[in-house]
This record gives sequence, structure tokens and C-alpha cells, in this order.
Amino acid sequence: MADGMTITIDDRTISAQPGQTVLEAAQAAGIYIPRLCHREGLTPGGACRVCVVLVNGRPQSACTLPVTPGMVVENDSPRMHEHRKRIIEMLFVEGNHFCMFCEKSGNCELQALAYRFGIAAPRYPYQFPRRSVDASHPDIFIDHNRCVLCARCIRASRDLDGKNVFQFVGRGVHKRVGVNARARLVDTDADVSDAAVEACPVGAILKKRVGYAVPVGMRLYDHAPIGADIEAEAKA
Amino acid sequence: MAKPKVATTSLAGCFGCHMSLLDIDDRILQLVDLVDFDKSPIDDKKHFDGPVDIGLIEGGCCNEENVRVLQDFRTHCTTLISVGDCATMGGIPAMRNGIPLAECYAEAYLNGPSVHNPSGEIPNDPELPLLLDKVYPCHEVVKVDYHIPGCPPPADALWQALVALLTGKPLALPYELIKYD
Repeated sequence: MADGMTITIDDRTISAQPGQTVLEAAQAAGIYIPRLCHREGLTPGGACRVCVVLVNGRPQSACTLPVTPGMVVENDSPRMHEHRKRIIEMLFVEGNHFCMFCEKSGNCELQALAYRFGIAAPRYPYQFPRRSVDASHPDIFIDHNRCVLCARCIRASRDLDGKNVFQFVGRGVHKRVGVNARARLVDTDADVSDAAVEACPVGAILKKRVGYAVPVGMRLYDHAPIGADIEAEAKA
Repeated sequence: MAKPKVATTSLAGCFGCHMSLLDIDDRILQLVDLVDFDKSPIDDKKHFDGPVDIGLIEGGCCNEENVRVLQDFRTHCTTLISVGDCATMGGIPAMRNGIPLAECYAEAYLNGPSVHNPSGEIPNDPELPLLLDKVYPCHEVVKVDYHIPGCPPPADALWQALVALLTGKPLALPYELIKYD
């Protein structure tokens, strides 16, 4: 018991290891804390705020917060659901998310979160921003209309691919993912096999010529909600 | 007791959602037993002549006529439902929303690759409804009571929603029936 500790999540006491984040400790215990910008293998970003939980009554992002002994975490409660629903709704109205023709539909983590929370329509006014598509690269393209600024591609390219192809440019509503070249993706080192391409949770960075390969009904989130795999491990 | 009345319309939509309603297959016979259709393309009734219980709206608002029809539905329908992605978020027509209207007109009537328009005029007959600056989801124009997303929504989603409303049960669609595609 020298290294272990216990924390409480929604009235459940679970064991945790020093160095784990709240999100990791919860996941190891079969508790799903919804997340979007977090991806296993990447440095936590704390960018999307979907994983925010109340720790000892204060909002904290579960993906970046290390566990400490005896912390009390509120995750699966009506007010946290409401908080997350609103963040997801804001992400939908902030970009141009046309699920009906998007290649990522059915495998998209943003869409899957909206399904999990039963969102039929966002409560905020749609912004319909004018954004660009960079299809200059022969094997991949970036559709900024679908980007949620999660920074997964930035972290994956920097830490896993060792390429630094992507970075944020601009501030506020003008913030977007830029490429490390004068203008176009084709002028970078980006390759179709990069971890950065796989890391995109939405349809913003996609491989060309492989869209719609999986039929409706057999896609990742057609039948089971996102996070169901983590929760199933707890019951097993 | 008279049967509840249902009205439907297609605004800036493709009628795919109406097709999905027909896709309930033989349950359409049960539906006819449950409700009477009022103003709707299904029975070709053109005008309201009294209150209606449920209004189903397909499509968003891309022009002034869409807005008038939607307001007419809101006035006459006790419960108004946005059906499909166009009604709930603008859908495919809303792809023009980032583009200035003048550019849309120019592409459609002057510069498009298949356009033949020797006069170079953009149609402006008073009979034609004026386009709005952008395409609006229905709930940004009038109050909408329920949303059923999908392109189109599954027939089962429409069926379950109608049956729930008609039998006074809460309208809660299961996971597999809330889809955006």
C-alpha cells in the first residue's frame, strides 16, 4: 500500500496509482469520463473541457489532473451531463458539421458524444463560419470546417511522428490548425501513415480515396455509445 | 371523439424525410387509423382550416415563403416537430451559408459550368420567393417543440415519436434512432 491510494468517484471508492490522472484512474476502474481531445499515447491537452469533473467541488479537467489521496470526484451527475452537453452543442454550432455527407460519420468522436448524450439539436445559434479545405496533398486533406481545435494532430505530429507538421495559428474565433509550410499541406513532411492523421477525432484530417468504406450499421458507434467498451470492462 | 390531426410540409428539403415517413411500411395503415392528415403533401390539402395537433416540418428556411409556411404551422399546430437535419441544422442547403448571396446567384444563373443564360439576367419575377441571407434551422425562426435528427430520420424514429405523442407518453428515442446521417 506504499504507492496506492483511494479516490472517490460518484460515491464509488476506487484505487489509484501516483502519477495517474483522474481520467486514467477512472478508466482503469471501468468508469468512463467523456473526453474528446484526450487520446491514449498523447500528452494530455485539457483543450476541449468535455472531461471536466468536479474535484472536491471545483471544476477540473480529468485528463490533466493527477490523482491525490482521498479526492472526491463528481462525474456522472445531471449537472455534469448538462455541462458536457452544452460544450458539445457549442462545438457543433461553432463549425460546419454536415454529418450527412461526412466520411467520418459513424466513426466520429464528436458525433458519438452527441449521440451518447442524446442531443437532437443544439440550443445555440449556428455560426456557419466560412472555412477552407486544403486538398493539396496527394493522400490526405484537411477540412477546417470540421476541425474542433482539439490539438490531437499537433501533439501526435510533434511527439509521435517527430515532424511538427501542425500548429495553431490565430486567436479566438480566428484560431485554426495551420501547417508548417508557407501555405499548403503538400509542402510539409506530412505522410498518410502519420499518427497525426489517425489522431483526428472528427473528419478534419482524412485519408483520400478510402471514405465510406464501412457500410452504415457496421461503423464504430452505430450500435454502442462511445465509452461503452470502458464501462463493459467494469462489468466483466 | 375525432382523431388527432397531423400536418406535414417540406420547406428547404428534398422530401426524403416524407419518404422516410412512408417507409414505416404497413404501419401506415395503423397511422391512418390513429390520425387524420390535415395540410400535407400526403393528401394534397393546401390550407389549414382549424387547429392541428401535430405539425411535422421537413427542411429549413431558405426563402421568405418557407418562413411564412413555418409561421403558419406554428400558429395552427399544438406541437411542432423539426424532422431531419435540414430542419434541425439547415442541412445541405445551409452549405451556402458562408457564401454571400450575390455569389450564390452568380454561380447559379451566370457562371455555373452548365448555365445557358444569354440574357445574363438573374430571375426576379415577383412570383419567386426572395432568398434569405442564409438558410436557417426552423428553431431559429419559430419555437419548435421537438427535434428528430437524421438524413433522413429512420422510419422507426418517426413512428416511435408519433406513437409516443399520440399516446401521451414521453418522447425519448433510443440510442440507435438518434442519428445525424
